[in-house]
Amino acid sequence: MKLEALPWILLFLPLCAAGIITLFTLRSQKLSAGLSIGAIVSGFVLAIALIKSGGWEAREFSLNWLSIGNLNVDFGLRLDALSLMMLLIVTGVGSVIHIYSYGYMHEDEGFSRFFACLSLFTFSMLGIVLANNFLQLFIFWELVGVSSYLLIGFWFDKASAADASKKAFLTNRIGDFGFMLGILTVFAVVGSLNFAVIQEQFKANPALMGGSATLAGLLIFCGAMGKSAQFPLHVWLPDAMEGPTPVSALIHAATMVAAGVYMLCRVVFLFTPEALTVISWIGGFTALLAALIAVQQNDIKRILAYSTLSQLGYMVMAVGLGGAGAAMFHLTTHAFFKALLFLGAGSVIHAMHHEQDIWKMGALRKKMPVTFWTFLVGTLALCGVPPFSGFYSKDAILAQAWHAHNYPLFVIAVSVAVLTAFYMFRLFFVVWVGDVRSAEAGHAHESPGVMIWPLRALVVLALFGGVLGINEIFAAQFSAAEHAEASEHGLTLLQRIAEPFTNAPVAAGIGIIATLIGFLTARGLYATAKSDPLTSKLGWMSRAMANRFYFDEIYEATVIRIHDLAGTISNWIDSWIIEGLCIGVVRGGTDLTGRALRLVQTGNLQTYAFLFVLGVAVVLWLTLGK
Amino acid sequence: MNVGLEHYLVVSALLFALGLLGVITRRNLIVMYMSLELMLNSANLALVSFSRFNDNLNGQVMVFFIITVAAAEVAVGLALIVALYRKRQSAHVEDLTSMKL
Repeated sequence: MKLEALPWILLFLPLCAAGIITLFTLRSQKLSAGLSIGAIVSGFVLAIALIKSGGWEAREFSLNWLSIGNLNVDFGLRLDALSLMMLLIVTGVGSVIHIYSYGYMHEDEGFSRFFACLSLFTFSMLGIVLANNFLQLFIFWELVGVSSYLLIGFWFDKASAADASKKAFLTNRIGDFGFMLGILTVFAVVGSLNFAVIQEQFKANPALMGGSATLAGLLIFCGAMGKSAQFPLHVWLPDAMEGPTPVSALIHAATMVAAGVYMLCRVVFLFTPEALTVISWIGGFTALLAALIAVQQNDIKRILAYSTLSQLGYMVMAVGLGGAGAAMFHLTTHAFFKALLFLGAGSVIHAMHHEQDIWKMGALRKKMPVTFWTFLVGTLALCGVPPFSGFYSKDAILAQAWHAHNYPLFVIAVSVAVLTAFYMFRLFFVVWVGDVRSAEAGHAHESPGVMIWPLRALVVLALFGGVLGINEIFAAQFSAAEHAEASEHGLTLLQRIAEPFTNAPVAAGIGIIATLIGFLTARGLYATAKSDPLTSKLGWMSRAMANRFYFDEIYEATVIRIHDLAGTISNWIDSWIIEGLCIGVVRGGTDLTGRALRLVQTGNLQTYAFLFVLGVAVVLWLTLGK
Repeated sequence: MNVGLEHYLVVSALLFALGLLGVITRRNLIVMYMSLELMLNSANLALVSFSRFNDNLNGQVMVFFIITVAAAEVAVGLALIVALYRKRQSAHVEDLTSMKL
């Protein structure tokens, strides 16, 4: 088999699995799960084979797909350090989540459908990762939107899940609209959709886009804002927790929300300094906002959801600060430990018979030892405790802010780090330590092996993900943008471990202190708490945090109200002007003419004969009479 | 008086007009049918006279054929009218307006 076929097989395997499951094997649960898991695991193996055979060099495989006038669109796959690494994350973390789902969903009626949707989702995500042009990226971008709609609304008979899926889809559509406009703006100027071609053109002439460059960059960022749930389009992500927990892990850790950041890194050469400033501030603001909200949430999955939002804010901020490599590094480690945390939370929810309120749990440490240890590792990694993976990637972002001399954003990033440690240890102490607070918590039991082993696999990655040299691979990709790291190839393990301290000791030190402050505060407040002490201490502030700063209510009162008004007006125009006037007149006119013409048809033979003769006479007069 | 082509053609035209009048005004199908035959024969007359005044006999031969075919056609037409009468007990056009919507 030729090597060129490998990426194509990798891309289309999950689609085939989804198709076969939907068409043939819905009845057989084992077969469906096997197909779906098989597709993604072979994808993982193929991704490794690709890296083994071709290394991290950039290469493209493309077919001409559309050719209309000057518009040439390829259906192509681009392999480079960025996409190969992302392939590994999507298929690797995805495989673990697929296997976990086999245990988590085993009692569900829609088991086979679930795996079909998972495979479709994987296919769309791989499409985004491998796309070599904007159009293809956009198509798969939308496919991710559709399949996430299917997955979030998986339990569609539950009204809240159905609403959440609609909300996710529509919010994403708003961002995608901007994204499409951005793509069109770029295409209008550059005349090509291929990333490599656009990058070449930009290299040759940085002022190519002229005045529209910032606008185009911000429009493209709109797409990332929707998918990566940045303020003000962040509202869909927490609601999307209505889906099954493996879906949350897949969508909110490794894939869908990462797509936005991935896309930003893919086209990072497009952004002007002004656009980057806006991007970094939106990222920083989202990070802080989400971290504050997470502090007062009581649903275990919602805390993780807001934490995801906050970490995504970090990544977007890093892109804005010019650290695309740092952003991708954090994306990678975040995929590891956040998937771990979500799957751990899923294990807890499974054991608690679908109870998600952390104040009904407690003292689960003894009942579920494996989940406890893995969850602890995930928490430490997320909080950025050395030597866990999160420490290295978070430090890379802090160092980026420090080196960019952007101290306001550095302060924001540090306060987010404090808050992250605080809310994660709040969650940790309330769920795992303390007293048993409900009957379910008393009867909780460890999850089966098929759910535990994926956790163990992710623990390894969450532990060592920071020192595997992932950041160097990304640094090579963005070396043009980040000349500083270009010389750091081939660090030894020890150098890698000490790298944050040699690179930016102040940032690393402050990061560790921030984590420590968060941890100590959380321990002081929650180590033995029966209920949340902050609720009374913070007063209105706590209520605002618990109610997500009333964003949903504000949108309800403004955007949705205006939208409803516009909808009512459009409906009125449609039913009276379009339907009534335009269509009505045409329909009535046709009807009247028809009725009038019907009078001519008397059925009387002699009338016909007379008219016939009259006609002949007229024709004769016209031809001969003149 | 010297009888020329014009006289024949005028007679032919008169016959044609009379036939047409019959078709349009008479109510009985049989009479209408007879009027139709009159129109046909007026055309025959015109053809014969043209043939005679052009010294070309082809026209006259053609008229024989037309008369023969018309005889067959009359048989068919009358059969239809008889069949219609048996079905409807009437041969008046006013009673035959079932084609009207």
